[in-house]
Amino acid sequence: MNLLNQIIQGILLGGYYAVLACGVSFMFGVMRIINLAHGSLAVVAAYGVFVLADRYGVNPGLGLLIVMPAMAVVGWILHRLVLERSARAGELVPILATFGLAVVLDNTLFATFGADTRSLAPYIDTLSYDSIDIGPITVGTLSVLMLAVAVAMLGCLHLFLKHTAMGRRIRAVADDPASAQLVGVDAKQVNAVAVAIAMVTVAVAGVFLAMRETVDPYAGAPQLIFAFEAVMIGGLGSLWGTLWGGIALGVAQSLGAELYSQGFLIAGHLLFLCVLLARLLFSGFSLRAVFTRRFTRRFTRRFTRSAPIR
Amino acid sequence: MSLLKVRGLEARHGLLKAVRGIDLDLNEGERLALVGANGAGKTTLLRTLAGIHPASAGSVEFDGADLAGVPAHRRAALGIALVPEGRRLFASMTVAENLLVAKSAGRSGPWDFEAVVQAFPQLKPKLKSLAGSLSGGQQQAVAIGRALMTNPRVLLLDEVSLGLSPVAVQGVYDSLAAVVARRTTLILVEQDLQRTFSVADRILCMLEGAVVAQGRADELTREEVMAHYFGNRAAAGQARASHEPTGQGRLS
Repeated sequence: MNLLNQIIQGILLGGYYAVLACGVSFMFGVMRIINLAHGSLAVVAAYGVFVLADRYGVNPGLGLLIVMPAMAVVGWILHRLVLERSARAGELVPILATFGLAVVLDNTLFATFGADTRSLAPYIDTLSYDSIDIGPITVGTLSVLMLAVAVAMLGCLHLFLKHTAMGRRIRAVADDPASAQLVGVDAKQVNAVAVAIAMVTVAVAGVFLAMRETVDPYAGAPQLIFAFEAVMIGGLGSLWGTLWGGIALGVAQSLGAELYSQGFLIAGHLLFLCVLLARLLFSGFSLRAVFTRRFTRRFTRRFTRSAPIR
Repeated sequence: MSLLKVRGLEARHGLLKAVRGIDLDLNEGERLALVGANGAGKTTLLRTLAGIHPASAGSVEFDGADLAGVPAHRRAALGIALVPEGRRLFASMTVAENLLVAKSAGRSGPWDFEAVVQAFPQLKPKLKSLAGSLSGGQQQAVAIGRALMTNPRVLLLDEVSLGLSPVAVQGVYDSLAAVVARRTTLILVEQDLQRTFSVADRILCMLEGAVVAQGRADELTREEVMAHYFGNRAAAGQARASHEPTGQGRLS
């Protein structure tokens, strides 16, 4: 029974990882950029909602509705000022640029808010520790909410990509940016929209992070690692794969913690390494094949069946 | 006034000058064929006109407007559509989605989803299939249909028969008849001289990035074009002197 409990807790934890990781997956799927500032941006969003709650008494739910569009604007600006320019200089430059951005964000938060940890738990009444009993198993209400939000968010993204004109443009640019431009699609604008969407998911992830635990200015780095692991386990560029990757990571961590008191992180890392090695094995030990087109194809292929004609 | 006016156009691949000082005027409804050996600069010229390859010198005017610095997507919106060599479909999207992407981003006009499917009936049963899973001929039909969905004023066709079986090539050209019938302005790059002469009003022969011969399709001889094609100017002169121009029938 304890094993079943750990698996269920792991699945619920996977909901959070899926929310956290889907922005990484989305940006890579469309722009082939790995955003190393992802975790730091989630922490920035968390601090944004914290400030609204702490200084202005805004409910975190409402605060999230304010921060989401703000993060979308941040994403748009981030694309125009950093990602678009750095992507022109080669594949590695955006990685370096976003790493630099993460350092700037972390230290700006430190300079502004200090080293103290913060949490949104005091501002969400009893949601942070409420629980639901399902027979002999008890699950946290917040964890269930996070999994539900993850599924809803991925479902909305799926429908958006499959059924809207902008969604088709995003998939076209993900598939072949030059061809997309030949049929009138402004690839730069589409990429900016994709980053804006990714930043909205980052905002949700950041707020969930601050609701379920404490955050400090340097909390972004471990979140980036979790997001990256979930994405790699589920498959780069695959949105639903992100959910399964997040759940696999959550279950591994949960079971690892059950087996060994320090096993929470180690088990997750081990699963990630096993999946990465298996992928390398099947791709002839070509890292390029693991990271590039072969897997990014999955991003668009997932959304191509039974498309309606409009 | 010319619909497309090109003056002194040059384009490079690194240090190599792939297009050298091209001057070109194209009127509305005219069909121009670019011929030349591999590496003559035909594809680079089309890509430069479409805006996906930068021009290093010269000017391109479209309907009186200077296209300097105008990106490819804006040129498509203005009415310049390129069917690229190798088709370059969105392979993991369906045929219908390939067409609809162009519809949402292009100009409004007579070419809509129904008109394209009518012009390319072979696509009708394949609308929900992934574009990457189609045969070469079907993919070429999608590529042309996708370009038509932008309602182009000038359609640039780059080697539409490349890598296709003779039956598939015939199918593509049968479908192109609907485009030709609408007097769409065309620039066609094609290795098959017989088909080139059957479609084009005017032929422009390129060698090493420059124009070495041009003229009306019914004024040029096949021998003359072939001689220019391989850079043999003396033979081209002889061919011109020894043949009375009698039109495209002579070329078949």
